[in-house]
Amino acid sequence: MNSSLMQNGLALEHYVVLSMALFAAGVLGVLFRRNALIIFMCIELMLNAVNLLMVAFATFHGDMAGQVFVFFIMAVAAAEVAVGLAILTVLYNKLKTTDIDILNKLKW
Amino acid sequence: MTLYAFYFLSFLAVMGALMVVFSRNPVTSVIFLVMTFFTIACHYMLLNAQFLAAVHVIVYAGAIMVLFLYVIMLLNLNEAVEKQKTLLLKVAAIVTGGLFMIVLSAALRTAETSYIDTSVVGSARNLGKVLLNEYLLPFEAVSLLLLAAMTGAIMLARSRKRIKPAPNVVGMTHEREQTKTVVHEQ
Repeated sequence: MNSSLMQNGLALEHYVVLSMALFAAGVLGVLFRRNALIIFMCIELMLNAVNLLMVAFATFHGDMAGQVFVFFIMAVAAAEVAVGLAILTVLYNKLKTTDIDILNKLKW
Repeated sequence: MTLYAFYFLSFLAVMGALMVVFSRNPVTSVIFLVMTFFTIACHYMLLNAQFLAAVHVIVYAGAIMVLFLYVIMLLNLNEAVEKQKTLLLKVAAIVTGGLFMIVLSAALRTAETSYIDTSVVGSARNLGKVLLNEYLLPFEAVSLLLLAAMTGAIMLARSRKRIKPAPNVVGMTHEREQTKTVVHEQ
C-alpha cells in the first residue's frame, strides 16, 4: 500500500502541507473569533492536524507507535472537551456570555 | 487515482476548516467541522490506518461534536448574539495564520521520507499489539485521565445555585442585600 502511495506520486510532503494548512486554519480561528465555543472547535482542528501528520509519518516510516500516540491524543482531546465545555456552561450560567473579551479575568 | 482522491479530500478538509472559522452561525461551524473530521477520517483510510479512521469517526463526529451541538443549543447561541472583532484584528489574524502556515510548511517539507516499510497496516490487531505491549502504562494513565475528566466535568456541571429558593427566602435575601448597600453607602 505504501509503495502504491509512492507510485501515485503521493509523498509525505503533501501531508505535511495539508496538516500545516489545517493547523494554520485552527490558529486563525483562535485569533479571529470571540466566541469561546468556536475557539474550542479550532483547538480540536489543530489537534486533528497534528493527528493527521502523526498518522502520515507513522505510515511512511512503517512504525505503529505513531498511530498509538494518535490514540492517546484523541483521549486527551475528549477529556479536554468534556472539562472545557463544562467550565463554559458554568461561566454562561453566571455571566450569560461566552465572549472571550468579557471572560478575561484570568488574562493579566 | 490515489492522488486525485488526496487532492479532493484535502480541498474539502481545508474548505471545511476555513468555513468553521468564517461562518457566523455556531451550528454551521459545527456542521463544517464534522465535514472536516470525515475528510480526515478518509485520509486515515488512504494512509492505511483503518482502525484509527473508525475510532476517529466514532469519537469526534459521534461524541465530541454532539457534545458541542448540545452545548450550543443549551446556551442558545446564534449569529445575532456574537460580537465580531475589529477589522484591524481580523486582518492581523489572517496575516498571522497565513505566515504561520508558510513558515511551518517551509520548515517541515524537507522531512526525510527515505525509510519506507510496506508491512504496516493499521488494523485493530496490529494496533492492539503495540498498544497493550509497549504502551501499557500510558494506556492505563489515559484511563485515569478520562476518569478524572469525567469526575471534573460532573463536579463543574452540578450546580447547587440553580435550585430556586422559596419566595420568603428570596425576600429575605433581597432585604439583606438592601441593608448591605445601605451600610455601604454610610
